[in-house]
Amino acid sequence: MPRPIPWLSLLLLALWLQPAAAAPRVPANDAEVLARVPARGGDARAGSLQSLRAAWRSDPRDPAKAVALARRYVEEAAAEGDPRYIGYAQAALAPWWTEAAPPTAVRVQRAVLLQYGHRFDAALADLDAAAQAEPDNAEAWAWLAAIRMVQADYVAARRGCDGLAPHTTALIAVACAAAIDGLTGRADTAARALDAALKSATGAGAEEQLWALTRLAELDERRGEFAAAERAFRAALALAVPDVYLQAAYADFLLDRGRPGEVLALLKEGVRADVLLLRLAIAAKAAGDARAAGWVRDLAARFDAARARGDRTHEKEEARFALELQGDAPRALALARSNYAVQREPADARILLEAALAAGEPAAAAPAREWLTANRVESAALRALATRLEATR
Amino acid sequence: MNRAIAALLLAWLGLAPAHAHKPSDSYLTIAVADGNSGDISGRWDIALRDLDFAIGLDADGNGEITWGEVRARHGEIAAYALARLAVRSGDGSDAGAPCTIEAGAQQIDDHTDGAYTVLPLAVRCATPPAALTITYALFADLDPQHRGLLNLKAGGRARSAVLGPEAATQTFDLQAASHWRQFVDYAREGVWHIWIGFDHILFLLSLLLPAVLSWRGGQARDWQPAATFGEAFVDVFKIVTAFTLAHSITLSLATLGFVSLPSRWVESAIAASVVLAALNNVWPLLHRRRWTVAFGFGLIHGFGFASVLIDLGLPREALALALVGFNLGVEGGQLAIVAAFLPLAFALRRTAFYRRAVMVGGSLLIATLAGLWLVERAFEVKLLGF
Repeated sequence: MPRPIPWLSLLLLALWLQPAAAAPRVPANDAEVLARVPARGGDARAGSLQSLRAAWRSDPRDPAKAVALARRYVEEAAAEGDPRYIGYAQAALAPWWTEAAPPTAVRVQRAVLLQYGHRFDAALADLDAAAQAEPDNAEAWAWLAAIRMVQADYVAARRGCDGLAPHTTALIAVACAAAIDGLTGRADTAARALDAALKSATGAGAEEQLWALTRLAELDERRGEFAAAERAFRAALALAVPDVYLQAAYADFLLDRGRPGEVLALLKEGVRADVLLLRLAIAAKAAGDARAAGWVRDLAARFDAARARGDRTHEKEEARFALELQGDAPRALALARSNYAVQREPADARILLEAALAAGEPAAAAPAREWLTANRVESAALRALATRLEATR
Repeated sequence: MNRAIAALLLAWLGLAPAHAHKPSDSYLTIAVADGNSGDISGRWDIALRDLDFAIGLDADGNGEITWGEVRARHGEIAAYALARLAVRSGDGSDAGAPCTIEAGAQQIDDHTDGAYTVLPLAVRCATPPAALTITYALFADLDPQHRGLLNLKAGGRARSAVLGPEAATQTFDLQAASHWRQFVDYAREGVWHIWIGFDHILFLLSLLLPAVLSWRGGQARDWQPAATFGEAFVDVFKIVTAFTLAHSITLSLATLGFVSLPSRWVESAIAASVVLAALNNVWPLLHRRRWTVAFGFGLIHGFGFASVLIDLGLPREALALALVGFNLGVEGGQLAIVAAFLPLAFALRRTAFYRRAVMVGGSLLIATLAGLWLVERAFEVKLLGF
């Protein structure tokens, strides 16, 4: 994105690294630039956002206009990594925000915003109702599958994938099912199916391929097929679609292989996303890079700011931060446990197992170990952690 | 790409929120002056980005907000913000007397996520409020995820709260800093100060080290073990009581403003007192009535405690309470040290280890450390790494 974002990032980073906040000041010069915002009528993207806003303003009670604007804000939040847009989207849905049964389109969009704040139960209530009212609402099924995956409810997640399948491409349908199979004792079959689907879906869009390749890489990594996983990661990166999730997953893969130098080269300086900055700091520490201290300070300030406003959606990252960068195992364990009560993906299980091991409290990781056994999860790394925990009991 | 695919891709990504920016927060600080004036002052930091979204600060639309553009809109910024903040005296139930809020000249402050305008606030209530009810609605219509992070200082105590659409109106009982609560807070500060105040601990230890021994003058010129625990206990009791009495006197006098000494002088004298007390164990000049030393130098240590208490800020309406609480905290911390020291020293008193290594070696070590403090404090130089 050719925007002033990198410069702004560097400036912000510099401000962050300053010791204490300076006292309020009166700028000497009227021309001094204090902040940067999207320019008016700049690019086409900004223009289309303007017209969506104008349409909504003309009739804020029209569900179609409100949903179109809210959806656009959610896309903007993902693209810019700026949570303010989630708030703006919520404002667009204000007339229906506390209503029991808003129109289906509004309900789906409301669920999307609720899950951003990890209010999964409220989000699922909306999505279940939406899928029931409109069984061909692909968006509702997709979100149902995604949230149920996070909750490790694989039966319900499969219902989501099944509901979605008729309304999407073969590749997405296979990848959706493979994500579930991969965690429920059918990892080999899932990997083969996904690999085959990728090979036959030559005409798929870059985003679609990237998404399926990322799933395949994670699957192969868990199966201990590291060469295949790396091939999939590299193929996904070669699509040159900027994607924070993919970069974070590949960075973790490299860290686990003891290759922090490559993480520093992959992420470069100036990354702003919390999840990437965390990987960057861990890699710098492992590589003995002097920049680690600054990145750790930066992260600590962000976690403090989130806590000050009562935001608990960063507990997974903060647990890893406490464990790997601050060496505070008890705090890491408290955060990992609290996080696991909400999110139960492999990464959530992993930090819980690691923190319990470091803190010498094997019993605390019982939920993650039960999850491994009950679902016959195939993961070389998680199984090894569980075995080590077993030995300390 | 059809919408379903977009949704699924976004779904899986959205669940791993990758925030590169801080969410929108404002920082609201409100300070209620102690006493009966009822003066309330405040400061409200609001992000320029948020104000731009609300009322459009970037006049020329070039994507850069300049100081000139902000300055031209100061009046509108203040009007917009103050229309969305209400302060009333009393709790929510009595319709309460609304207080007026006025904004002073705005400045700029740089927070971790960019520039904020700083609105100084002057709040006036008809009567000095026993409780404050704050209603916060800034950006509630534009960004329901916006939060106001309140820091309320009243009655010698700071509280924080998160204000937002789901908890827009909150009442803060200003008396809630109950006397008992204040007392406990100050007592805790007292314990903490003696615990981190190595100079006070070392002074006390220097005086206590010989308490389980008695000096044999004349030819022998040597320390002998005390015969009974009672003998040692009485000695310790006298020293601790004298030290306590003395520093309580000066602590009170200084805190109440009757006496004031320059802190550089006081801190240097405290360091000197530690040097002298420690050296007296190696080359005893005074070995019988050490409680007189404890009293004399205790007067100086009291001034040191007072400067801490004054820095903490004293509630005017509960001055005596804070003073007594802090003092008792100091005594409590001191007694804990004595309780740990005396049985151990008494048990070891016959050993050469105690009489040589601890008594002589330890005292010399203390004297050296305190000597360095003395030089640091008297000449305002930095010698030690801590």
